[in-house]
Amino acid sequence: MKREILNFFEMKIPSKSINEGFARMAVSAFASQTDPTIEQLAEIKTVISEAITNAVVHGYQNEPGIIHVKVSLLKEKTLKIVVKDKGVGIPDIHKAMEPLYTTGNADRAGMGFTIMQTFTDKLKVVSRPGKGTTLTMEKAL
Amino acid sequence: MIEYQTKKEKTVIFLSGDIDHHSSELLRKEIDEIIRKTEPEETVLDFSGVTFCDSSGIALVLGRYKLMNAAGGKVTLCSLPKSAKNIFLMAGLDRFVRIKEEV
Repeated sequence: MKREILNFFEMKIPSKSINEGFARMAVSAFASQTDPTIEQLAEIKTVISEAITNAVVHGYQNEPGIIHVKVSLLKEKTLKIVVKDKGVGIPDIHKAMEPLYTTGNADRAGMGFTIMQTFTDKLKVVSRPGKGTTLTMEKAL
Repeated sequence: MIEYQTKKEKTVIFLSGDIDHHSSELLRKEIDEIIRKTEPEETVLDFSGVTFCDSSGIALVLGRYKLMNAAGGKVTLCSLPKSAKNIFLMAGLDRFVRIKEEV
């Protein structure tokens, strides 16, 4: 059953690290219409930051690419966030989701997926090597 | 530039703004430069001015712990925003560094 969408916004941003902060601000501004708690807003900003960073660092390997973000407010006061890249994809999703596992350098903690799982109610990862990765998260507010 | 204070064998480094993948590389370089210059026994990272922190902050703290630990020193974190404290505990950082409310 398709759920009713009350409101949504979409944006496309280049995979530049400066856009991590912009995406956080844009998504938190959109989420504010549901009057979330400060803690919920901090969690939303954190998960969007992790998702965009994944696309920049892992999906596009710090090379130019486009990240597509769609955020919807569903009727059941749920925020749905979709972050899509057309980068290299994740060869082994289960391994990538293990806490502290990273293919990045010492500046990466390998905690991105653990944080996204903990701070949302639902996380779905669809990835195909060479095609890209789509992260879908839902958070009840 | 990051502000810091040195008192006896302790260096307190005042972090501010957003800590994310975009900012963390420069931040790491600046913190390590302060540690190298002051050679403290204890490095305190004061988060009271931090407006946002994601998993990049975990790697930042863990890296500074390794650096200090190799020299026989320790790292203390203080005034953590609640969301940062949550993710630091999620990663088990409290096994390596002390987490205090205030300096």
